[in-house]
Amino acid sequence: MNDAALVRKNLFRKPLRTILLVVSIFIAFFIFGVLGSFNYAFYYQDYPTAANRLIVVNKINFTQVLPYAYLNRVRSIEGVVAATPMAWFGGYYQDPRNQIQSFPVEPDSFWEIYKTDFALPPEELDAFMKLRTGMIVGRSFADRFGFKVGDTIPLRSEIYTNKATGQQVWDFQIVGIFDSTVTGNPTNAAYFNYEYFRESQTFGPDFIGWLGVKTLSAEANDQVAKTIDATFANSTAETRTADELAFGRAFLSQLGDIGFIITLVVSAAFAAILMVVGNTMMMAVRERTTEIGVMKTLGFPSGRVVRMVLGESLLLTAIGAGLGLGLAAFLLVGLAPQLRDVVGNISMSPWVTGIGVSIAIVFGIGVGLFPALNAFNLKITDALGRK
Amino acid sequence: MGSLFSQIGAVVMLNLKSIPQRLAMSAATIVAVAMAVAVLLGFLALSEGFKATMEGTGATDVAVVNRKGATSELSSILTAEQVRLLETGPGVRLVDGKPLISAELYLVVDGIKRSSGQPANIPLRGMNPEGLSLRENVELAEGRMFAPGTNEIVVGRKLLQEFAGFELNKSVRLGSNTWLVVGVFEAPGTVFESELWADARVVQSLFNRGTGYQIARVAMASPAALESFATFVEDDARLQLQTRSERDFYAAQAEGTGGLIRFIGWPLGITMAIGALAGALNTMFSSVAARSSEIATLRIIGFSGVAAFAGTLVEALALSLIGALVGTIACIALFGSMTTSTLGANFTQVVFQLKITPDVLLTAFIVALVIGLVGGVFPGIRAARQSPLIGLTS
Repeated sequence: MNDAALVRKNLFRKPLRTILLVVSIFIAFFIFGVLGSFNYAFYYQDYPTAANRLIVVNKINFTQVLPYAYLNRVRSIEGVVAATPMAWFGGYYQDPRNQIQSFPVEPDSFWEIYKTDFALPPEELDAFMKLRTGMIVGRSFADRFGFKVGDTIPLRSEIYTNKATGQQVWDFQIVGIFDSTVTGNPTNAAYFNYEYFRESQTFGPDFIGWLGVKTLSAEANDQVAKTIDATFANSTAETRTADELAFGRAFLSQLGDIGFIITLVVSAAFAAILMVVGNTMMMAVRERTTEIGVMKTLGFPSGRVVRMVLGESLLLTAIGAGLGLGLAAFLLVGLAPQLRDVVGNISMSPWVTGIGVSIAIVFGIGVGLFPALNAFNLKITDALGRK
Repeated sequence: MGSLFSQIGAVVMLNLKSIPQRLAMSAATIVAVAMAVAVLLGFLALSEGFKATMEGTGATDVAVVNRKGATSELSSILTAEQVRLLETGPGVRLVDGKPLISAELYLVVDGIKRSSGQPANIPLRGMNPEGLSLRENVELAEGRMFAPGTNEIVVGRKLLQEFAGFELNKSVRLGSNTWLVVGVFEAPGTVFESELWADARVVQSLFNRGTGYQIARVAMASPAALESFATFVEDDARLQLQTRSERDFYAAQAEGTGGLIRFIGWPLGITMAIGALAGALNTMFSSVAARSSEIATLRIIGFSGVAAFAGTLVEALALSLIGALVGTIACIALFGSMTTSTLGANFTQVVFQLKITPDVLLTAFIVALVIGLVGGVFPGIRAARQSPLIGLTS
């Protein structure tokens, strides 16, 4: 019988106890896997295509408007490749509960800046560029209400009133349905022609919500941002320019200190199982005092005994952690489509998995260390004499 | 041997008094239960605190009027004409012969959240003197109220705790205009304490809002008058507005975020409780094993299996209830008076205090009870069924 077999037999000599320990460890790693992935999606996920993009908002707050004239002034700034006006339409379909992230945009400059984010057939893009009342909608929005290309839909606005009808509703013709190439970008969204919106809105045609800007390169971001803000300093509408990623993170941090809450919960989970598993391992090895004495009598070196105890705690942790991280990954795959519009793309990233495995190794050694040391120091005479 | 009750009593005492002999394992169970209880309590306290602040804000005899389809104050628009029409509605409370209506603006400015150092959405409310007479529980704690017609701001106490940039006597630059913070107000347990207030007409002119407003608060002669007023608003084709009591208005906003926190907290709490249960079962099975010769001895001298069962069950219950107590105390110590903030329905920060209500405590107690019961029953059955001879020979 080799050591591995001994470790296995030791671990399962009391199957019920082992199962209970595996459940405890499983729970902690499951919680870690799920919450760690949320944390990662919130704070560390990167959007590689967004590196050379800026957002220009009103310095007072991003819900305050900017003069329409800023569009051309920003376009003339060195390092700016393209700029597009955008606004928050506050759109919903039929019922205020069916909120759609909907934005009036200038199709050609919008596409120049954001094309890497969208998968849209060329003929549909072409129609979006040409049709004044055209709208492209995201896959999840289209699927939710069964829209097809060619449909005309009324989209209501929480904010604006349509001059033509006196109602807060615009009719749009769906000319395209896009998918997101950047996993994580919402497809519960709709984009339509700024001109059509602008000429029919009852107030604010001289203002835009914010500007999307594409710079020459990510390295140019800082300089361009500074120039833009300096251009409008001391005007009635000062600006704050930030790269897309920083802007998004600042917004998320408004929800609360999610990272702190997650750290607290995960620590609580690990503190709990550390006690349970650590003590049980101590007890399990203590029960075997006589056996260890016999093994040492037979000539097992102390190091080998230590390795076997540590092997046992590592094996135990590996089973629990493997199951926990595995189920977390599985759950996230199932939840990802529903969560996409909330936290972006979420999955067990290699980063989270790596940290999970590291914690498992440290934990496995940690809970095995004391019993292993006890076994190491155990004198044969004590072991066989005790009871 | 005595009656079953005295048997049970004796075995229970035996179990409880011998807990110190199994200190490490018992402590592990206590910690595991405490952690599960603390996590669940923490999330419920967050949710309750948010809910309490939203619900505490609304009066039943004040109608909030906003535009049809608007889900928040921020997205609503109201013209001065509409406000004048509202004054003619039935059931409006008259003060000195004048209808008490507060037309208000609601817009968002940046403040710096102290905890993250990041900009956060702070609501700036423009209101007329009527706005103050409508809000009875507001008190000025420091400085003075803004003077009408000036660039002056008063700031809510809770906002000041969580966000930097609006300290008393500080100049605040919003766009091309400089405002002066002249006072700090308190409105305990309401959303208003997360707001900045300024004169409505000044806000209109400095933020290019013309003569427009966003919402109107209309004082009712009584809560019962609200119904006829709502009908009036509904029926007048010139208005295109909707109305509900202030209480209902904020209660509806409480559901979204408060519900979300509960929606996250419960699965987490239950998952941790399952982990704690596994720990409790483990401890109790090992307790039964450790006392096997003791249990066997008791059985041989005539104690019943029921007594052995009861002893184990009570031990498990005791451990989990101590765990619940430790978890609750830890939670109260850490979060009992903690204030935090999150984005509310208006797209702005709502500052609120975590609230550990009796309901929340009861919930934690029940969770611990379930862990103790399940964690004690199965080991208890094993104790009761254990053959006396095996117990003594092993």
